Amino acid sequence: MQTRFSFGGDEHIFAEVGEAMSLEAFFKSLFITNAVRDAKIRGVTEICPANASYQVKFDPDQIKPDDLLTELKRLDSASEKSEPVIKTRIIEIPVLYNDPWTHETLMRFRERHQDPNGTDLEYAARINGLDSVDAFIKAHSSAPWFVSMVGFVAGLPFLYQMVERKRQLQAPKYLRPRTDTPKLTVGHGGCFSCIYSVRGAGGYQMFGITPMPIYDPNQNISYLRDFMCLFRPGDIVKWKPIDRAAYDAAVADVDAGRFAPVIRDVSFSLTEFNRDVDAYNAKLDGVLHGR
Amino acid sequence: MAVKVLKPGLATTVQDLGRPGYYHIGIPLSGGMDRHALAAANLLVGNEAGAAVLEAVFMGPELEFTEDAIVAVTGAELPPKLDREPRETWTSFRVKRGQILSFDFLKQGARGYIAVAGGIDVPVVLGSRSTYALGALGGFKGRKLEAGDELPIGHAAAAAKDGRSVARELRGQPAGMPTELRAMPGLYWHRITEAAGDGFFSDTWKVAPEADRIGYRFKGGKPLEFVPREPPFGAGSDPSNITDACYPYGSIQVPGGTEPIVLHRDAVSGGGYFMVGTIIAADMDLIGQLQPNTPVKFVKVDMNQALAARKSRSELLGKLHSALA
Repeated sequence: MQTRFSFGGDEHIFAEVGEAMSLEAFFKSLFITNAVRDAKIRGVTEICPANASYQVKFDPDQIKPDDLLTELKRLDSASEKSEPVIKTRIIEIPVLYNDPWTHETLMRFRERHQDPNGTDLEYAARINGLDSVDAFIKAHSSAPWFVSMVGFVAGLPFLYQMVERKRQLQAPKYLRPRTDTPKLTVGHGGCFSCIYSVRGAGGYQMFGITPMPIYDPNQNISYLRDFMCLFRPGDIVKWKPIDRAAYDAAVADVDAGRFAPVIRDVSFSLTEFNRDVDAYNAKLDGVLHGR
Repeated sequence: MAVKVLKPGLATTVQDLGRPGYYHIGIPLSGGMDRHALAAANLLVGNEAGAAVLEAVFMGPELEFTEDAIVAVTGAELPPKLDREPRETWTSFRVKRGQILSFDFLKQGARGYIAVAGGIDVPVVLGSRSTYALGALGGFKGRKLEAGDELPIGHAAAAAKDGRSVARELRGQPAGMPTELRAMPGLYWHRITEAAGDGFFSDTWKVAPEADRIGYRFKGGKPLEFVPREPPFGAGSDPSNITDACYPYGSIQVPGGTEPIVLHRDAVSGGGYFMVGTIIAADMDLIGQLQPNTPVKFVKVDMNQALAARKSRSELLGKLHSALA
């Protein structure tokens, strides 16, 4: 993989690690952005990893653009030699799939959808060759996902499923974006799932909703008191399908300040993962549930 | 000391010089779209250049002062009125307790900056008082002002004086028609044909109605023709799609190849549309003063020209500081 560099005006360097999404490209972008952060380069103001690319913002009054570019290229080639292992977290996110709120919204914007006569889940199941919505939910929730980017708006995670490319779930975005999406909707576009951190416009297919807040600018939610955004690039997410009763109970727990998310520290090795994907994911599941 | 909001205007927000350091989790810089005008307003009333002010777009608010104050309005030609008596823009003036500051119709530009000696003293969130409305963060309760809001004001510096003004040549406002915005081609420039690239820079574009703190949309130029490709896995099938990536501030994305959008201070931090290049930092302030329908030309520059423009913009700010020291 040859990284392509480009200046984004006089204050950014944009680096495309891969044109296509892959865990290898994501890992490299995560690695290099960590290395840039550790290098504490004078004049660097923002370090942003993305799915298969990254971006560094800098102050050209403090560092010459060409000097920073040289340094990034050096870190880029050094990363080829490093072992692809990260220390990260695995987080369980409860999801009420096929919930009434995203259902109401998707019906309201039906004329903007590829399949005006069905639901987003029915459409996604069909185009991915699965014979039922339940089979699709199983495929979506059985293997974990990497947070491969955080952004668009505050705290919104892009998620990439940790399975081989042939098993990746894919769905196009709406034909025309919606003007409304419920907060905490679990969406999907291209090969990425996401969780909408705030209510607003959106174009991803809508599959369900989580009761678990992921962004709280007022920092009242117990696990968001240290920082208002839950996710960091490199986090691992495992969806847990729940029913309406469990959803309502979780919302009540959140409101009462007693909701405790399941979050465990874990070390992830891309080499070991690639050796046996399903076995490695089962091991991650064990970590999540203390087995 | 406080300022009561009697009428909020169209979309008036508290802004300072922004909140760097959180773009990697989707929290943008925010801050005044015209940073030079924001600094000028502050310096006129004896504040630090980066104190929090009100940014009013297209239409001014109506404000009642509970104590005497020194005020200045810069940026757009949004003429202030004190108890209905006209006051000059770009000039500090005294407001007496109980007086009402309102505004005449916008005559030029798009965004007025209203500084009060002492600064708007809303809580600092992640290092800044700026409002990021999309994330309900910072500013006054994370949103644009509403009637009935009471804005706390800090302590004025001893240097706060009325009757100071900024000479026209130090104001740094857009001049000439069409407005020229300098851009460095790059990012995904290779996705369009050479003819499309030439057309992008030779066409005259107009500011579309969809122009806000997140981004400015332009229309009226020829659609861009793409270089054919196989869509890379994860990018999406439209030729303007990319595997979702970071968006630089000032980057010019062209969804579907039709209407360019330049991301501004409240930028969405990333997404799946290709970008043809980036407006240079020196010209970002100008965009904040463009009204819908303003004709605009994108002017191709390289890094050296961008850095020279940056230097001259920074010298202008230096002269402003000296003039108001």
